[in-house]
Parts: sequence; structure tokens; C-alpha cells
Amino acid sequence: MTSIGKPKLHHPALQANKIGFTRRDYEGKVSTLCAGCGHDSISAALIQAFWELDIEPHRVAKLSGIGCSSKTPDYFLGNSHGFNSVHGRMPSVLTGANLANRGLIYLGVSGDGDSASIGLGQFAHVMRRRVNMAYILENNGVYGLTKGQFSATADSGSRSRRGLTNTDAAVDTVSLALLMGATFVARGFSGDKAQLVPLIKAAIAHPGAAFIDVVSPCVAFNNHPGSTKSYDYVRQHNDAVNRLDVWPAREPIAVDYAEGATIEVPQFDGSVLRLRKLDAHYDATDKTSAMAHITHAAEKGEVVTGLLYLAPDASDLHAHLDTVETPLNALGDADLCPGAAMLDKINAALR
Amino acid sequence: MKRLAAINDFVVKFANVNGSGSASANELFAKAFLRMGVPVSPRNIFPSNIQGLPTWYEVRVSEQGWLARRGGVDLMVAMNPQTWDRDVKELEPGGYLLYDSSKPLPPSKFRADIHPVGVPITELANAHFADGHVRQLVKNLIYVGALASLLDLELEVLADMIRERYKEKDKLTESNLAALRLGFDYAARHLAGAIGLKARRADNVGERIFIEGNAAAALGCVYGGATVCAWYPITPSSSLAEAFMHYCARLRVDKATGKNKFAIIQAEDELASIGIVVGAGWNGARAFTATSGPGVSLMTEFIGLAYFAEIPVTIIDVQRGGPSTGMPTRTQQSDLLACAYASHGDTKHVLLFPDGPRECFEFAALALDLADRLQTPVFLMTDLDIGMNRHLCEPLAWDDSRRYDRGKVMSRADLDSGKDFGRYLDVDGDGIPYRTLPGTHPDRGAYFTRGTSRDAYARYSEAGPDYVYNMERLLRKFATAKTLVPKPVLTPAKKPARFGAIYFGSTAPAMHESLDALAGQGVHVNALRVRGFPFPDEVAEFVKAHPKVFVIEQNRDAQLKTLLVNEAGIGAENLISVLHYDGTPITARFITGEIARIARRFQRPAPAPAHEVA
Ligand SMILES: Cc1ncc(C[n+]2csc(CCOP(=O)(O)OP(=O)(O)O)c2C)c(N)n1
Ligand code: SF4
Repeated sequence: MTSIGKPKLHHPALQANKIGFTRRDYEGKVSTLCAGCGHDSISAALIQAFWELDIEPHRVAKLSGIGCSSKTPDYFLGNSHGFNSVHGRMPSVLTGANLANRGLIYLGVSGDGDSASIGLGQFAHVMRRRVNMAYILENNGVYGLTKGQFSATADSGSRSRRGLTNTDAAVDTVSLALLMGATFVARGFSGDKAQLVPLIKAAIAHPGAAFIDVVSPCVAFNNHPGSTKSYDYVRQHNDAVNRLDVWPAREPIAVDYAEGATIEVPQFDGSVLRLRKLDAHYDATDKTSAMAHITHAAEKGEVVTGLLYLAPDASDLHAHLDTVETPLNALGDADLCPGAAMLDKINAALR
Repeated sequence: MKRLAAINDFVVKFANVNGSGSASANELFAKAFLRMGVPVSPRNIFPSNIQGLPTWYEVRVSEQGWLARRGGVDLMVAMNPQTWDRDVKELEPGGYLLYDSSKPLPPSKFRADIHPVGVPITELANAHFADGHVRQLVKNLIYVGALASLLDLELEVLADMIRERYKEKDKLTESNLAALRLGFDYAARHLAGAIGLKARRADNVGERIFIEGNAAAALGCVYGGATVCAWYPITPSSSLAEAFMHYCARLRVDKATGKNKFAIIQAEDELASIGIVVGAGWNGARAFTATSGPGVSLMTEFIGLAYFAEIPVTIIDVQRGGPSTGMPTRTQQSDLLACAYASHGDTKHVLLFPDGPRECFEFAALALDLADRLQTPVFLMTDLDIGMNRHLCEPLAWDDSRRYDRGKVMSRADLDSGKDFGRYLDVDGDGIPYRTLPGTHPDRGAYFTRGTSRDAYARYSEAGPDYVYNMERLLRKFATAKTLVPKPVLTPAKKPARFGAIYFGSTAPAMHESLDALAGQGVHVNALRVRGFPFPDEVAEFVKAHPKVFVIEQNRDAQLKTLLVNEAGIGAENLISVLHYDGTPITARFITGEIARIARRFQRPAPAPAHEVA
């Protein structure tokens, strides 16, 4: 199947941002994900955030790994270069791209299988290297694209669509990012656009390694068993793995709640997610209490959302490597080649 | 009893204990010959271990200029009691054994057909130096001093090098000079005429330099414009990345700001190092990684991505003994197939085969050009022998009028001019498409890079014809690569020859010496050194022109031969393998022996068949 191009019909009444772009200019191809997939809501939030930030779309490089989540960069910012790399190892590709041209904005998009299993090493190291990027982890607790296996973020005791029980402990990517040295750490919920958009905007503006774990329900595999036949809308889901199964279309889960409040959000599988939004007085610059906060909430069965940690004096990999301001990919022969006369000197020292 | 006698033509081997500080003294010894105009080629033979285990340093002295290992040892400097017995065994009959005679050794420790030369090294060190650590280090200089006297090496040449190394005033200069003198005087007083091997000034080194292949390749990356290097430590490639660091710090710092015009990342593993290179190559920086076999194994998924998504990547494979961890500190040429076909699916990659440091330099810069030109992974295939040993070679050369070939990158102006941009369109018919770099243009030229199938406009597509179009175009691109890799080098026999020989890389010095020796035995061979894959047409033509062609390589499975048969349309029946793969660098003796043996078989008239077969 060939991807569907989206016709660009601009309604004259569409609102333009400061640099003259409408939201449509930040869109990409039509999504091929399941209707109701949380990942599509995150794409929508990204479109909104970039539009609100008045960023020229082509100044963004969007990189991802492999998975449903990793396909999403094709569905927003159609005028920026995208890179769908290999499973779990987007962080290294993003690091290399960033080293080559420090002048662009780097957006990393990944899934929980991608980042917390096969890519856990690269996830940890990209944070400790403090690559300047916004890293969005679209966390659904399962492997979507390979049809429903547990991911490493699945809670211990949770059940898969096939009826298996997960006995492993869950990887908490937010704690890990904090521990590894990320300078901006947040958690959002795909259905809470009001909270997610500002978090994304802040992550993009952050001059270092910014990480947002976004809880993002999977309509296909967080669907309770037996319900797969009760659909009213059928859609062949996925082109990449030639999937023949069909999933019911669902309305994306959306929530709206106040700072400091908790909310119980029913998931597609009937389970309930308890989200607690950080209150206005939370001190996000204190790493130790951020860690404590996350742990306490987890003990109460809650998932804290909001900006958990922000290093006040963040710096990035280029600063640590002390590289020139000119992007390395723009340096010319004269900048790079020491020349024949220098080589003669080097030769002379080798006799 | 036989006494070996030779001037400027012998092999000296040092048997030491790793970590005893012998390396720099041994190198000093080798370099003294060079300063006296006599070619040498030293080889480090070291264990996969840091301290305490045996290590050897073998120096071939050859006024004629043969730079391969010769095989056999004429003078052994036996400083390691652990390996004494095998070291003694290795000596040629009539050879010499220099040893520390501070403690008496029973006669059973020697051989009747060799000449022991005792120097009380420990005694001398203890008598003249108070500090225990210094005593250990100066022992190495004491034997170098004794050797200088025994072999007629010029003491001042050695002294000058010590002064250069430690810069005039240092205390180290003093103690080293004193130890050198101590050994020299002892040997002069007690051992005059003990050894029949002599050094004599000659004029056969010329302008040549003495450099490790890894350092030369690192310089090639600097000169070739690499700005991003990502690597993970692995013997024997680590010193390449470290040399790149060293040269960048010296040659690539912006004078005005003091800031770096390079980025070097010691990654967490090879998966990350190749990923960083892929990302940098995608974004238009020249990038490389240096690794060895196990690293290449880990990188293969990304190499397949770079091949299919068409991203410039330079990989330097300093080969070592495989499979698995194999012999990590020994040399081989056994990653050919792993690199030529790295990754799943139908893939083929460009390989370059340097024969020593000078080509390491040239081909590293060339690899960066070819990767950009072809938008594909390019492998520089060196090995431990080339990489970690110093070799005498022609000075490195750079033409200042040379410009980097950045390949087909469309600029904003190109896009504005209204040219059709299809990321995977074969506009020029050479299989190489045009690319744009991220950030080039507000509304033209952006595309999505993926390892999944797509059409000529980079739109995701699993349609059969779209897939086949790209796969066929990649083959066309590979055919273009054939015209861009370095041509093979022919060494014609001095007399008309029935036999051909194909060889490559670090086998070259031994091969050249062997051709000479074979000619001496009346076996004339035309030799072709292959320097790049895909093989230029000259390779198949060469094979066609000879009824039998020897293929000399340092691996068990005849990997070069397999590639020749698979990829150059050459019949296997014409090819005879000469294989050496015990981890030591191949010697001329070995090649000569093998080729002469087989050649004699073919030169004999064929026996008449007992029965005619209809
Ligand atoms: C090396 C490798 N192993 C396995 C796969 C198969 N695979 C594709 S996507 C995926 C998991 C995706 O899960 P996740 O990252 O959570 O993304 P989601 O689809 O749930 O959004 C796996 C295992 C692969 N593509 N590459
Ligand atoms: S399988 Fe799950 S993650 Fe993948 S598109 Fe469908 S709902 Fe989203």
C-alpha cells in the first residue's frame, strides 16, 4: 500500500501564526494508525505545539525507531526531514544528526518497546550525553506493531490480550531519565492536550536533553478480550506488517482536569488509570524530591503527570564537546583540510 | 659450530614480559637502523592481556628492503624466563641468544647449535641504580646498549633518539643514557666479536617514514574531512580512534575561538557508534567509525539500513583473528565476506584494501569521498598487522588542489530552480539519486528516510515494482562503484609467465619478496594486487589471461576467492588458494614454499591416462 498524500486545501479563514503558517502547514500524511490510538492525539499535540511556537517546519528534524509510535513522524510536519531508523536505536541516529548540524531542532519519537527494551541502553546514554532534543516516548505498555506482546513498561501483574500475566517489574522511564542526567523530565497523557501541548513546547525550548513520557492507550491491544468482535467500524490496520486482523474504531480517550487533582481514566481494556497532575507549587528544580514524588505516587497506584524536573543550568553535548558554532556539516574544505605543507611537517616527524 | 654471519640482513626478536617497559626500548633499537639508512620492519606479537604475560617484538633488518616477516630468528633477546624454552627453540642453527647472565643457568637451558651471549643485566642495573622501579626500566636500555656494541649500531644515533624522546633536561634522559652506556661498555669490554651479525650504514631508507597503519588511517580521516567519529574500544582499532583524537586536537581547532571543528564520541557500544555515524551521514557531515570483526557483527543491522536508505557511512575494519573473540591480538583477513555482504536481505558493499600505512591514509580519505558520492557504506579493510605495527612507507602525500566530493546534494537554489526532486529517482542513469539535507528549504525537498520499501519519491510503498526499481537501481549504483574504486596493481613477471597470483592488503610485502624468490627458482608469476571491491574489470581479464591463478589470503575459507567467483564471473576451477591463517603475519617463505610446490606439479608433464575415456 502506498501512503496517502493529504490534499493541501487552505481555508482562507485558517489562523496563521507569527511567521504566517497555519496549522495545516504542520501536518503530515494521513495517519495509518488505528482510529482512537493515543499516538494520533500526540501527533495532534505536536502539530499544535510547533504551530504555537512559530517554528518553521523545515528547521525540525524528526527521528524515530520502529513501532506504531515511531511511524507517527510521517503524520506531522510534512515539510521537515524525517528518519525512521532501526528498532530501539533512534537515540544514536539523533545524536549523530545533532552533531552534524547543531542549528536544527531535534525531535525524537519512540515507543516503550523501542525505548525500554531493545533500546534501553541507547535511551540511557542519550540522556547522559545531554543531546539537545525533545524526546517523546509514546508509552502504551505493549508492543503495538507486533501485535500485543508486553513491553518493559507494562505493570507487573497486568494481562495481555492473549491472557498471559506479566511477572516482570516495570521500567519507569521517567525515573530512569532523571537518574541518567536528562535536564528536563516530564510525563503527560495523550488524552490531555491542554497539559501536553505546553509540556512539548517547553521541551522544544529546553537547551538540553528533554524527555516526555506520554501515556498513550493502545486501542488494539489494551482492548479487553472478546471485544474484538464487537466493532462497528472495520479498518485494516497496518501496512508494514501486512496485518490481517481488524480493530474496532474507538474515540480517542480525552481528559481535562485541574492542577493538583487526580482523575481516574478508564482504558480500552477496562482497567483504570489514575493520573495525578502536579500542583502549581511543585518545585521542578529539585531532583531529589522529583524522584521521591514519582516513587510515592507509584506506591499509591497513581501516575504523576506534569513537568517533574527541570535543571536550571542545562547545557548540551555541543557545549561539552566545545564544538564550533558553525554546523559541522557546513564546514568547507579549507576549514577541514590541514594541507600539504602540514603533512610534510608530520612526515618529517616520522623519520 | 656454525655461526650465522650477515650484514644488514637478519632477524632479531625480543622476548619480554608485558608491562616491563620494553616497548619503547625495542622501538628505539629498530629506529636506530632506519637512522643508519637500513630498512627494518618490526612486528609486535602480544597477548590478549595487559600485564604479566609474554610479549614479543620481532625486527627484520633488510638492507634489500624486504618488509614482510621473514620467518625464523637469528638473534633472540630472551628476557622472559616463562617463554625461555620456546624462545630458544625458535632460533636458527648458528644463531645467538642474548640473555641476562646475572644468575647462572644450567647447560640444559641452552642448545648445542646456538651461541649464548650472557650480559649480567640485573647485576649492572642493581649496581648503578638505587630506585627499584628505575632498575626494572633501565634493564631494557642495558640490553639495547649491549646490542649496539655487539651489532655495531652507532651509539650516538641511539643517544640522540633518547634525547629527542625525553627532551633535553629530563631525568629520564639521564638514566636512559647511563643505562645505554652501561650495556654498551660491558659488551665492548667482555663480548667483542661474540656475534657475527652486523649493522652498517647504508642509503636505502631515503625519504620514507615510519608509521602505524592506524595512525595513517586516522590522518586520512582528518585530511579527508571527517568531522564526526563515533567508536567503541576494540583491539586492534582503538588506537585509530585515539590517533584521530590526537590529530584533531592538533590540526582541527579553530584558531580564532579555540573551539573544535570535530566531534568524537566514545559510544556505549558498536550499535550506537554506527548509529551516530548514520545520523551524521544523513545530516551531511563526513563521519566514520573504526572497529574490528565483533563490532562489524553488531553493526550489521544499521549497515543494511544505510545501504537501503542510501546514507554515506565510512567503516574502518581493522581485522583480527576470528570467528567470535577468536584471537583478538592476532592478525587475519577474515572479515571480507562479513563486510561485503553485511546485513540481511540482498546487500553488497564497497570495500577498499590498503596494503600499508600510505594507502591507509589515501583510502581513508577516498572512502569518505566514495561514501558521499555513492551514498552508501564504504569499508576500509585493514588488519592488525597493518594497523598496529609501524611500517616503513613512502611519505604521506596530499594534493592541495584536491576538493572533497560531497556527492549529489541539492541546495536550496537547486530546489528553487524548479528541478524535480525525487529522493530515489535515477536522474543520471548511474544509480545514484540526489539527496537534500534537513533544513535546506521551507517547502521543497523534504522527505522521509526509512529502511522500509518506498517509491522513487521516498513515499512508503510495498508495491512490487517500486521495490524492484530500487533494488535494481542499487545494483546499477554498485556497477558505478566498480568504476570508482582504485584499480588493481599489476606486478608483471620478468619472464613470460603461465601463472598469475592475486593478493591484497597486508599480504603485499611478503608477496613481493616471494615473487623475487620464486623467480630465483625459475617460477615466474604475474601478480595482481586487488585494491577495491566491486572488482574492476581488469581482475577478471587478468584471470582469463592465465591458465592458473593463485589467490593468496590470510583466512581459512578463501574469502577473496569466494568473492571473485561470486562477483567477478570468474570460474573457481582456475583459482588455487594459498591460505595462511594462524594469526601471524604471512611470510615470504610460506608463500614461496606453497606456490613452488604447486607450480612444480603443474609444470610436470601430465601422466598419460591408463585408459582413454570416451
Ligand atoms: C531488531 C528488531 N527486532 C524486532 C523488531 C520487530 N518490532 C517492530 S516494532 C516492535 C515493537 C514496537 O513496540 P513499541 O516501541 O512499544 O511501539 P508501539 O508499536 O507500541 O507504538 C518490534 C518488536 C524489529 N523491527 N527489529
Ligand atoms: S496497534 Fe495500538 S499502538 Fe498501534 S496503532 Fe493500533 S492502537 Fe495504536
